[in-house]
Amino acid sequence: MLSNRHLLGLKNYPSQDIQTIIDTAFQFKEVLDRPIKKVPSLQGQTIVNLFFENSTRTRISFELAQKRLSADMVNFSGSGSSLKKGESLKDTVQNLAAMKIDAVIMRHSVPGTPVQLTKFIDAVVINAGDGTHEHPTQAILDMVSLQEKFGSLKGLKIGIVGDMLHSRVARSNIFGLTTMGAHVKLCAPPTLLPSDLGGFPVNISYSLDEIIDWADSLIILRLQLERMGQTLIPSVREYRSFFGVTSERMKKHGKPLVIMHPGPMNRGIEIDSDVADSNQAIILNQVLNGVASRMAILYLLLSKKNSEESDRDEQKLK
Amino acid sequence: MILKKQPSSILLKDGLILDPYVKKTYKGSILLKNGKIDKILKQDYPQDATVFDCKDKVITHGFCDVHVHFREPGREDKETLETGCNAALSGGFTRVCVMPNTDPPLDSPESIRFIIEKSKNLPVHVHPIGAITKSQEGRVITEMGGMIKAGAVAFSDDGIPVSNGQVFRLACDYASMFGVPTINHAEDPCIRRDGVMHEGTVSAELGFTGNPDIAESSMINRDLEISQLTGVHLHVPHVSALKSIEHIRKRLELNQNITAEVTPHHLYFNHESIRSFDTSFKVAPPLRTEKDRLGLIKALKEGIISCIATDHAPHTIEEKEADFNEAPFGMIGLESCFGSVYKVLKNEMNLLEIIKLLTVNPRKVMSFETDLFKKGVEAEITILDPNREWIFGLDYIKSKSRNSPFIGESLLGMVNGCFSKGNYFFLS
Ligand SMILES: [Zn+2]
Repeated sequence: MLSNRHLLGLKNYPSQDIQTIIDTAFQFKEVLDRPIKKVPSLQGQTIVNLFFENSTRTRISFELAQKRLSADMVNFSGSGSSLKKGESLKDTVQNLAAMKIDAVIMRHSVPGTPVQLTKFIDAVVINAGDGTHEHPTQAILDMVSLQEKFGSLKGLKIGIVGDMLHSRVARSNIFGLTTMGAHVKLCAPPTLLPSDLGGFPVNISYSLDEIIDWADSLIILRLQLERMGQTLIPSVREYRSFFGVTSERMKKHGKPLVIMHPGPMNRGIEIDSDVADSNQAIILNQVLNGVASRMAILYLLLSKKNSEESDRDEQKLK
Repeated sequence: MILKKQPSSILLKDGLILDPYVKKTYKGSILLKNGKIDKILKQDYPQDATVFDCKDKVITHGFCDVHVHFREPGREDKETLETGCNAALSGGFTRVCVMPNTDPPLDSPESIRFIIEKSKNLPVHVHPIGAITKSQEGRVITEMGGMIKAGAVAFSDDGIPVSNGQVFRLACDYASMFGVPTINHAEDPCIRRDGVMHEGTVSAELGFTGNPDIAESSMINRDLEISQLTGVHLHVPHVSALKSIEHIRKRLELNQNITAEVTPHHLYFNHESIRSFDTSFKVAPPLRTEKDRLGLIKALKEGIISCIATDHAPHTIEEKEADFNEAPFGMIGLESCFGSVYKVLKNEMNLLEIIKLLTVNPRKVMSFETDLFKKGVEAEITILDPNREWIFGLDYIKSKSRNSPFIGESLLGMVNGCFSKGNYFFLS
């Protein structure tokens, strides 16, 4: 059903697979509209939610998706618990592997840890955000939301505004959206962009007004003040005046742009409440689509295994 | 590798003798008597000598590595002087200079004496490099005179850059009276920040904090200016960036007293390797772009960089199996050195020139004897099969650690034997 066993990132991920996930997400969205929002697709499968970094939204979204698919799940949060610096990533993970699990949903503060995980464990690995590297399921749900709104991703013009340097959401969206034929422009001060963007099929503009004039939709990134550890912008005031999606600025343009934000928002900094709560914003749709998208991903990666195993069982019976 | 005591009379028979000192290659045999070079001969072989058949093999000087980390004292779980020497010997090295970033660091005459004593009976010549500053804290210069008397051959805080320019200037001023080199691990800590790989397209995609090439080149430029001001012999370790090479080139044109080294891993790999998230590629300075890598090869050909040094840096498997940010910097490199270097340089330079980068040139940096095939000189000889293709793997690692990015790589040119300090190994 999908050409890769894991979902680690959207860089080089095939477009037909992305389309399959999006289409399947729409099917599951219908399930979520039913009075009984549960299907037996992943019965008997065990999934570990391995979150080494705090996350409420993504973890709840995954948990809900797993419950709706009737999977068994275990939560493991590493931060502040048994995981100390002394224990290697490998040890922690091999302990889990010994419990015979089918899939691991992993969130970690360091790029590449889900890739390392695939070498230590024989289970499907889904990256739920690895440091500032990728967050593929978030990008999938963003693409589901955009396709829902626009009918297709091809030729769409998407402006990504803000701290791209520290954003895994931006990286996954750039790779996913451009693979699907959308155009992406970044808008941020140079201090919040990687010094060499040669690997990204994007353009840059330092003018938010120019981006607003150009784009069909904006993905607004959270200003990750906690990640900076050093002064990358002179002040929040100056950032807001140049890169803030303010109600004033949106009024001035009077353009029906679709506004997205992966959350959590810094209201009054990168986005004004008026804008976030307006009809233009599809931020709450994103949340609902998140559950449907993750159901689609889990179903496509895990139910294949189900059918293979039942095939084998059938053969044994013969 | 089984190490044995040398018999009193040895004939290294019918090899291709490659003498990097006189820059000549010729067929012949070398006779050793009581561990020393006796003579080079083509016939009339003595009857009593133990014969080692060197047909189709190269007989050359034992390699010399001016930059290794043997972790003793303090981290004997990673490497000891003894295991480090075994790794060196299996890579063809008969002489190494050990960096002082041990625990405690080699920052006093006593600690230098400890290394000299501890390595006296080991099969490789071990020369300690003393710390530049006390406790490698970058503040107060060490008792360099006493350390030289005890056996130190150079000074460095390697692993840690001497970030305060005034401290480095004082150290160079002071060291200049002894005529020994100073070596600074050049990476401006403010520009490097917590960078874990080269800053460029790959770090941007992978989301890692990058360590830009200017962190290295700007500090090397500072060091070159300090060396000009003080007259000290500056030896630049592990050059990794094209921008640094340009600074060094200009200074060499002014006939400044400087030398530079490059590692096998910077010659062999580039930052694309990090896409695997394999922590064995994590090293400081980082693997850079293909353009930088090709620039390093060109700098060797032009003589701007005159030696190859491994920066052999053992770490335990547990430490390296951490996530990429937490894993320590460094890789082992002695055992894979010749096979990787020859593979990369084979089509760029001839074998004699390549061998010089591992023998005469590094010995010159440290003022060691370079005319090793002269009668009466203690034998330091390496036997090579340059045409042998082989896959590097755990079986070839003699170090206590296994953090090598070369595991699984197909290499060209193998070390078949070594004669050093009265010991030898020989694979026929
Ligand atoms: Zn160093």
